Amino acid sequence: MAKRIVIDPITRIEGHLRIDCEVDHGKVTNAWASGTMFRGVEQILLGRDPRDAWAITQRFCGVCTTVHAIASVRAVENALQMAVPKNAQYIRNLMIAAHAIHDEIVHFYHLSALDWVDVTSAARADPKATAALAESISDWPHNGVHVHAATKDRLTTQINSGQLGIFANGYWGHPAMKLPPEVNLLAVTHYLQALEVQRKANKIVSILGSKTPHIQNVAVGGVSNPIALNSQSVLSIERLLAVKEAIDDLKAFITQVYTVDVAAIAAFYPEWTAIGKGVTNYLACPDFPLDEKGTKFVTSGGYIPDADLTKLQPITTFGDALLRENVAESVKHAWYKGGKGPLHPYQGETEAEYTDFQENGKYSFVKSPTFAGKPAQVGPLARVLCAVAAKDEAITGHLTRLIGMVEGIGKFKVPLSALHSTIGRHAARAIMCARNVEILEQQWELLMKNIAAGDSHTFEPPVFPDHEIQGFGFHEAPRGLLSHWIVIDKGKIKNYQAVVPTTWNAAPRNESDQLGPYESSLLGTPLADPELPLEVLRTIHSFDPCLACAVHLVDPDKRDIIQVRAL
Amino acid sequence: MPGRVILGVGNLIMCDEGLGVRCIEELERRGGLPPDVSTIDGGTSTNELLGELEDLDLLVIVDAIASSAAPGTLVRLEGDRIPSAFSNKLSPHQHGINDLLATLQFIDHAPARVVLLGCVPARLELGMELSPEVTAAMPELIERVLAELRP
Repeated sequence: MAKRIVIDPITRIEGHLRIDCEVDHGKVTNAWASGTMFRGVEQILLGRDPRDAWAITQRFCGVCTTVHAIASVRAVENALQMAVPKNAQYIRNLMIAAHAIHDEIVHFYHLSALDWVDVTSAARADPKATAALAESISDWPHNGVHVHAATKDRLTTQINSGQLGIFANGYWGHPAMKLPPEVNLLAVTHYLQALEVQRKANKIVSILGSKTPHIQNVAVGGVSNPIALNSQSVLSIERLLAVKEAIDDLKAFITQVYTVDVAAIAAFYPEWTAIGKGVTNYLACPDFPLDEKGTKFVTSGGYIPDADLTKLQPITTFGDALLRENVAESVKHAWYKGGKGPLHPYQGETEAEYTDFQENGKYSFVKSPTFAGKPAQVGPLARVLCAVAAKDEAITGHLTRLIGMVEGIGKFKVPLSALHSTIGRHAARAIMCARNVEILEQQWELLMKNIAAGDSHTFEPPVFPDHEIQGFGFHEAPRGLLSHWIVIDKGKIKNYQAVVPTTWNAAPRNESDQLGPYESSLLGTPLADPELPLEVLRTIHSFDPCLACAVHLVDPDKRDIIQVRAL
Repeated sequence: MPGRVILGVGNLIMCDEGLGVRCIEELERRGGLPPDVSTIDGGTSTNELLGELEDLDLLVIVDAIASSAAPGTLVRLEGDRIPSAFSNKLSPHQHGINDLLATLQFIDHAPARVVLLGCVPARLELGMELSPEVTAAMPELIERVLAELRP
């Protein structure tokens, strides 16, 4: 007899997410992903100056501020067919690479590692054995006995206090937790070290963007950073050297800790390379433009149907017709007024029409986007697969190294097809992080060289025609392909639609009732205990939905309400 | 570097949800805060703020607080009562801040004192303007923030 479980909310930051599963004989047999918060933010932009859109769109979401600013200016620049100065491209590239690294590290250690790592088991580990294990797999200099002993003390104090603090709401002692105590302790040590390291990525964004979490320096037509190597108040040599120092620190952590830890988790959870596959149409866009018009990029993008890498359809330029012509969004199962079939984003409408949760009708505030009529998975895995299909040697090299580490630790063979899985998404994110730090170095050098050659140009003022124009901007954000679509009439915004990565992945069923990537990835997932659906979380978290929180099963009777006293 | 921080959190594009950020904007516009006090527009972020919130003498968080009390009502919570306030769904972005405070505590860099000053919102829909109720409460809210800074 099938049993229904509801996990609500999965995310609490922005865009609340509910997952419903039907479970039969210990396996998920059907699933629904429901965004339970209205997301019609685009309406705020109507009638406004397109030059202001980026500052408003970076408030769309708490985690993905920079990415919306970037996609927005690119959309307006595409509508105007503008060239953007090279320095501005490099400075933006540095910010987006640093932002991505921040996101990747935080996602793995602070938002998803605890799905795999049991902190209560870590408190039982032997620090000496932990150090020996760590030193056998990595050259990281901060893996000594005393470091792990200090972590263990800290954990023990926290556990003995009776309050788990940041580790509350974990599935400790769950039968699906498989790591030995020493690996758990190693991971908790690195959890703490990652808290330190993530700041360095954030520092790069704040040096270049003037401020985080909301950058200030982006503008339609470039960036507002004046470059003067000998000045204190602008982008000076001192600030650029501080950026370089942060890059070096990040690189050490990513190559010696993050990628190694992902390999270790993959090696201890081999069954998870065969769980969580879901939709295998992959979509990514190229990024890190190297020229003024966005015709040359560092990373590759395109569409891969049915996991067949030989069928890559590449996306190669800003404004690429392949992406422009193939995106549509259905609201058949989403709480918006519909009846017109799937709409292209330029024609997109966002008028709410809430029903109840109707599993065969409307059940989500997330629209269902399709590429060429089919659901597509976006994110680091799509990015890595496009790179492999496009024969990108740098990313393929990181992939080969990671697979080698998993095979070395786990003593089993890992085929490329293992990537189509829950663990595969974590592996792809680590691979992209290793690549992103190289891109940071590369963009830093390009910027320095260009400045040294006498170019300090960073901004080209936009000029708006007095007729209607439209354009779209794409950005390969940490969570996947992000696109902003804009229609401008006489210098004012006439329509605006953002098709965000989580919309692709958390999509409800589409016009032809095909399941979205989250839904599809859950089918067949084994659950040791349906009351404690850790396995569902593992797969959903592997997509990196916007969340910074633990999850609980809905239990309306237990919701306590705090009494607040008015001043 | 010890010091005091006023952190405004909330979502600017959800009307009163952004009142914490609006409060920061107003404080920055007025200027004249003591030299050891910084203001941060935290938006709905969390981890990005970690570095700026370590080892503080005082952290004042300003946020919208959902409650059955009348819109515009001001609320003050201090210390241990704050995490439970956030974990009991009083604010749409509660968990982020709760996590941040717990993390600061776990790594031994928690602020010496944390105060949450909130205001009950009237409108939590799309829009960039504050409701009349919250607009009317803002001067008093700012006064309360400034009062926290006085010895």
